Amino acid sequence: MNRTKGDEEEYWNSSKFKAFTFDDEDDELSQLKESKRAVNSLRDFVDDDDDDDDLERVSWSGEPVGSISWSIKETASNSGSNHEREQLKNRNNFSSYTQLPKPASTYSLSSIFRGRTRPGSFQSLSDALSDTPAKSYAPELGRPKGEYRDYSNDWSPSDTVRRLRKGKDKLQLLEEAVSMHDGNVITAVLIFLKRTLSKEILFRELEVRQVALRHLIHFLKEIGDQKLLLDLFRFLDRTEELALTHYREHLNIQDPEKRKEFLKTCIGLPFSAEDSAHIQDHYTLLERQIIIEANDRHLESAGQTEIFRKHPRKASILNMPLVTTLFYSCFYHYTEAEGTFSSPVNLKKTFKIPEKQYVLTALAARAKLRAWHDVDALFTTKNWLGYTKKRAPIGFHRVVEILHKNSAPVQILQEYVNLVEDVDTKLNLATKFRCHDVVIDTCRDLKDRQQLLAYRSKVDKGSAEEEKIDAVLSSSQIRWKN
Amino acid sequence: MAFPHRPDAPELPDFSMLKRLARDQLIYLLEQQHEVDKLYKVENKPPFSSSEQLCFLVRPRIKNMRYIANLVNADKMAGRTRKYKVIFSPQKFYACEMVLEEEGIYGDVSCDEWAFSLLPLDVDLLSMELPEFFRDYFLEGDQCWINTVAQALHLLSTLYGPFPNCYGIGRCAKMSHELWRKLEEEEDGETKGRRPEIGHVFLLDRDVDFVTALCSQVVYEGLVDDTFRVKCGSVDFGPEVTSSDKSLKVLLNAEDKVFNEIRNEHFSNVFGFLSQKARNLQAQYDRRRGMDIKQMKNFVSQELKGLKQEHRLLSLHIGACESIMKKKTKQDFQELIKTEHALLEGFSIRESTNYIEEHIDRQVSPIESLRLMCLLSITENGLIPKDYRSLKTQYLQSYGPEHLLTFSNLRRAGLLTEQAPGDTLTAMESKVSKLVTDKAAGKITDAFSSLAKRSNFRAISKKLNLIPRVDGEYDLKVPRDMAYVFSGAYVPLSCRIIEQVLERQSWQGLDEVVRLLNCSELAFTDMTKEDKASSESLRLILVVFLGGCTFSEISALRFLGREKGYRFIFLTTAVTNSVRLMEAMSEVKA
Repeated sequence: MNRTKGDEEEYWNSSKFKAFTFDDEDDELSQLKESKRAVNSLRDFVDDDDDDDDLERVSWSGEPVGSISWSIKETASNSGSNHEREQLKNRNNFSSYTQLPKPASTYSLSSIFRGRTRPGSFQSLSDALSDTPAKSYAPELGRPKGEYRDYSNDWSPSDTVRRLRKGKDKLQLLEEAVSMHDGNVITAVLIFLKRTLSKEILFRELEVRQVALRHLIHFLKEIGDQKLLLDLFRFLDRTEELALTHYREHLNIQDPEKRKEFLKTCIGLPFSAEDSAHIQDHYTLLERQIIIEANDRHLESAGQTEIFRKHPRKASILNMPLVTTLFYSCFYHYTEAEGTFSSPVNLKKTFKIPEKQYVLTALAARAKLRAWHDVDALFTTKNWLGYTKKRAPIGFHRVVEILHKNSAPVQILQEYVNLVEDVDTKLNLATKFRCHDVVIDTCRDLKDRQQLLAYRSKVDKGSAEEEKIDAVLSSSQIRWKN
Repeated sequence: MAFPHRPDAPELPDFSMLKRLARDQLIYLLEQQHEVDKLYKVENKPPFSSSEQLCFLVRPRIKNMRYIANLVNADKMAGRTRKYKVIFSPQKFYACEMVLEEEGIYGDVSCDEWAFSLLPLDVDLLSMELPEFFRDYFLEGDQCWINTVAQALHLLSTLYGPFPNCYGIGRCAKMSHELWRKLEEEEDGETKGRRPEIGHVFLLDRDVDFVTALCSQVVYEGLVDDTFRVKCGSVDFGPEVTSSDKSLKVLLNAEDKVFNEIRNEHFSNVFGFLSQKARNLQAQYDRRRGMDIKQMKNFVSQELKGLKQEHRLLSLHIGACESIMKKKTKQDFQELIKTEHALLEGFSIRESTNYIEEHIDRQVSPIESLRLMCLLSITENGLIPKDYRSLKTQYLQSYGPEHLLTFSNLRRAGLLTEQAPGDTLTAMESKVSKLVTDKAAGKITDAFSSLAKRSNFRAISKKLNLIPRVDGEYDLKVPRDMAYVFSGAYVPLSCRIIEQVLERQSWQGLDEVVRLLNCSELAFTDMTKEDKASSESLRLILVVFLGGCTFSEISALRFLGREKGYRFIFLTTAVTNSVRLMEAMSEVKA
């Protein structure tokens, strides 16, 4: 692989084989072959009337290739019409590649080109190299008939390598791999190209070969070659993917301080406007959590603060989602002034938490602590005349459900069930959570005698509820509707 | 209940051959190793073994190679020499070899391949057990498993004769079919002259129909999978099911006589069936009263064992049902199903969006919220930008900012997208669609192709009549169409496509549907004109799901088979459900 240009020349001149040549020989035969090849492979490269020179456009020597036609090739290969090439390939099963010596520790090229093993045969690499005939992809470059005699059956590995040094051949190898649809082979060729081509050339060639490009990206992700991956995205000008790929790294950083510092480096990256805000928030959140965590750990271990003594923390708040952090803050730091980082109001302001979300979370936290007074305050608003009014942005039916989940006593539940506006919902909830007074009062208001009778059968015999129902039922004040 | 097949339905092929084949291969491989004494699970800790040789049986994944390399290198550091052998299943990838080489252990390990790709989970279900297929292909665009699919098809055709009729839809289906054809040609002669046993093969990409896979399952087998996670055809029933203090691993397949009768039933029928069964069982036990000695001897020796077995199974499935009921009631399943049906039918979109929002705000399971968002997105051709932004923000706040990466994945896979604002969309679309019809489709960048790939669910649903018009109640006890697997609300799109193509024996007349599915170039038919196929084999159909299939789809097609006198055989890269799909897209490290 390290041969110099001179070596190469020497090879071509001295080789006793009539080696396959591309365009650097111009005897008649080769011209004939050239045009025949061009004609035969036209279908592969373009689907209209481009002339033979097209083959030059795909040449390696740094000229930009005709990108559209190349990409067409990649996708068009799905739509059939390579029957001819397949026939050729079948005629061209080389078994001579199996004569290779076993590679010691260098990556074996031959293994790249070894064919797929059949089901039921167990070729290990060494098997393939010693005695079992294995199929090789290397010669299956999709060449037209005329050239096959150029391949001789006793090529040495170095011949293969030399051939592959020619860029056009390398890319043809890639084309062929892609047209086979076998991702394993595509990746193998890419590994080879990655080793033998400069980054820029590799990237440029892949830009017009989307299938191969996706394989390279996935491969780099899998082996964790973050640097090359970032270079690739930079080259392709896929700024958002570049930013996300960089950001993704934070998942591998355990230490909170280091993670925070890393997130800081993400802030200026070219995310979408919307995502930029999320990244900023992520950084700010972790920054806050680190402060809160240090503070609370200290408070907890000092043992002076009642709330931590009564309800020891179950886990660290680090790396928790914002809503969890808000819950935590509503649980441990509810009454703190807005100025402190750990206060719920501060979190709400900093992260622009919607009122609904805030109320929901605060309600859950305060209910868990059975701080009914706080719950009450959460829904009490004063109008400009100083009258108080109950209002819940999440709807009182939800409030009731959350309170019930936190096993609130019936008196509390009752109060909120009563605030549910829709009568049917109210009645359902009251029945479900056994708020007898609400059920009885509602039935009375609805003048629904039947429903009240039905409910009577559900309450305990001789209970206060039953008495109350009986009193209502026997009241002469009510004009029942049924 | 558990309707029988038509008397002329074809017999299923014998899959035990596959098991035997795989087993023999593995034994052969291991015997070369001499005396494998203990199996360890490959996880991130070294096995405590003093053995002179270690043998790894792994999937060809780079992280597995790193694990092995660490182990070998640790041994080297400790001055310990062992023999190492890596058996790749189903095949070795070159990338793995490269890692071994880079880690400097290429010369220390020897490699082998165990070409095992078809695990018969049941009499009609073959799984490749490649859950990673979905992410590798549909998210990353890596085609490494296509060869595995082609090899599997090749193996099947070698064992069960050539496939006279092939249909398929989707890019992966098309590539797999082509590669498989190539394999057949390379080895022609092997299947020539054989009578085909399997008359039709249908290949289908998962991304042709995401909707079905995203729905909550309500047939028993699907519900068991959604609730307890079926793994490799078996399930771990915890103490809450077994009503003892132990968990129990139970194989779920046709061998389980009780399960076999309820697996395809809508859940609402299962309770009634089980209690009927329990009564029958009691009656059979009761028969022993009034038996004389001889009869009793007969009863004990012949029937008792079967009855006891049935008793055990019955109590297990009753336990499972109770547990499912408990869980579903707790999570307000009724409301959830209502929302899903509304999304499928396309009404009350605002209410559904609010419902999803509330799910997120209350930190109900992250996967569940994600699933509903995806369902909303696909049925509505993407979320309107305002909703997208607000739901995403709330999602990140509720479940963690790192899910930014998950959203990016979902967008790339086309599962959760944002509608482009009105005008620009139409202008762009016409441009893009021009490009798409052009063969240069591959040139379009990701951003464009996600636009071009509108899901068009509503239009498809109308064309294929996926939402049955029902007058009155849909009788789930006597299903009239495949919609019963979703309570009569929706016919699974994937199954409907298969039904339509089989009816026509081609894609003829389905052009519009195919176009709406963005598969204009990707729907194919491949028929060989040989009349050797018996009429029986022509009613045996192999359906290949690339990217996974759900138990609901399997049930729906089993139903179709009973109606039409077909038998379906399923080959899937893995059995999947909505949770697995969403987990595959999540980008959060455990």
